[in-house]
Amino acid sequence: MNTPPELKYAASHEWLSPDGTVGISDFAQDQLGDVVYVELPEVGREVSAGDTIAVVESVKTASDIYAPASGTITAINDELSSNPEKVNESPYEGGWLFKMDVTEASADLMDAEKYAETAE
Amino acid sequence: MTQTPESTPEPTLKRTPLHAAHLRAGARMVPFGGWDMPVQYAGLKAEHDAVRSSAGMFDVSHMGEFRVTGPGALAFLQGVTTNDVSKLRPGRAHYNWLPGEAGGLIDDIYIYMVAPDEYLLVVNAGNIDKDWAHLQKHLAGHDLNLVNESDQWALLAVQGPKTVELLQPFSDTDLAAKKKNAYFAAKLFGFDVMLARTGYTGEDGFEVFVGAAEAETLWDKLLTAGITPAGLGARDTLRLEAGFPLYGHEFSDTIHPLSSTYTWVVKDKEHLGRAHITAAPLQKLIGLKLERVPVREGYPVYADDVQVGVVTSGSSSPTLGHPIAMALVDATHAESDSFEVEVRGKRHAAEKIGLPFYRGA
Repeated sequence: MNTPPELKYAASHEWLSPDGTVGISDFAQDQLGDVVYVELPEVGREVSAGDTIAVVESVKTASDIYAPASGTITAINDELSSNPEKVNESPYEGGWLFKMDVTEASADLMDAEKYAETAE
Repeated sequence: MTQTPESTPEPTLKRTPLHAAHLRAGARMVPFGGWDMPVQYAGLKAEHDAVRSSAGMFDVSHMGEFRVTGPGALAFLQGVTTNDVSKLRPGRAHYNWLPGEAGGLIDDIYIYMVAPDEYLLVVNAGNIDKDWAHLQKHLAGHDLNLVNESDQWALLAVQGPKTVELLQPFSDTDLAAKKKNAYFAAKLFGFDVMLARTGYTGEDGFEVFVGAAEAETLWDKLLTAGITPAGLGARDTLRLEAGFPLYGHEFSDTIHPLSSTYTWVVKDKEHLGRAHITAAPLQKLIGLKLERVPVREGYPVYADDVQVGVVTSGSSSPTLGHPIAMALVDATHAESDSFEVEVRGKRHAAEKIGLPFYRGA
């Protein structure tokens, strides 16, 4: 399982980068299977850590995505509307979901090592 | 991230004779109808595609087998089912319904005629106990034996256009010569099995009844013959594309089964629950196609701004590349061509599509 060390991870499998980019972990994409649809928040929306703000759908299931931080949505990954499989192929790069202007990250985020232990 | 379905872990899950084989093949196991079953191995799409283009195999050993033997077998079965069991001949099988006394279906089943006065019923895993109790209740006055053989049999569904080609080298029976719904004894990899040219995927294939003790070895032989293991996930997307109703979704104790297009399953005869079956259904089962947003069971369906029904099964279609769904809608609206399905508070256009969504070669 790939868990880049520069990222912080939520127990619910979202990752947050230092610049405020959010996605789902390699473990999460593997558990989900083939992603066929991604619903993303509106740019400008203010969110609190833990809010349900996106949905990632595989062939069989819809999974809620929670905000790993409080703040404002500043960008969304438009490419996912035509290529949702990017979430599987490249969960930490091309498959990012949205960017936030973070005011406060969730206190419960884990570093890569701890997350890798919990997600085994 | 949380996944909505496939939750509610059950206390003690039953295991099929192939449980260890699934774990060896890298299956992800999930609770299903009280059983610990493989939902996928390599990946749902790959397994789905293998069945559409080559051949895949499903462990359906969790399904129940009841044997009905004796001079009263036919009269008994005629009384508790809607299809005409008297039309079956030894070595033939058909799809049938167990209607409820108060409407709806107890179960939808397959009946195999083994010999004169001997039939095998294959019932849904989650309905084994309910079906058993229901049949017991109506045995009185019939000269027959009803035996639950569910634990004796493993059942494998080998499905896909290359099934015959891949299995033929390992059987002494001319498989291509067997007609749809044929049921016969054969040797497969040296094992004595019962084969039925039936399935639930919309593809050609055989269902293989094999003794529980021999199932794991047979599974391994099938793997080496080039058959891809496929899980419940692919089984569901395949059956949905093929427009097959699934008990607990399109059929239930309360849904009128003639909401579906399977009107041919009801023949002109006397049987339990006949009055309910012959009453006109208030709902119709329709197929829906969406542009992009997958819709799931339970999502509301609208026509002209009014809720007219609900999605009973929905998924992205791996073969067609867009979301598909079946929905039960008010019969008065069933002729509309365009509907909307509400997804997380927003309505999305859905086009009515004739079932099945996909027809195999």
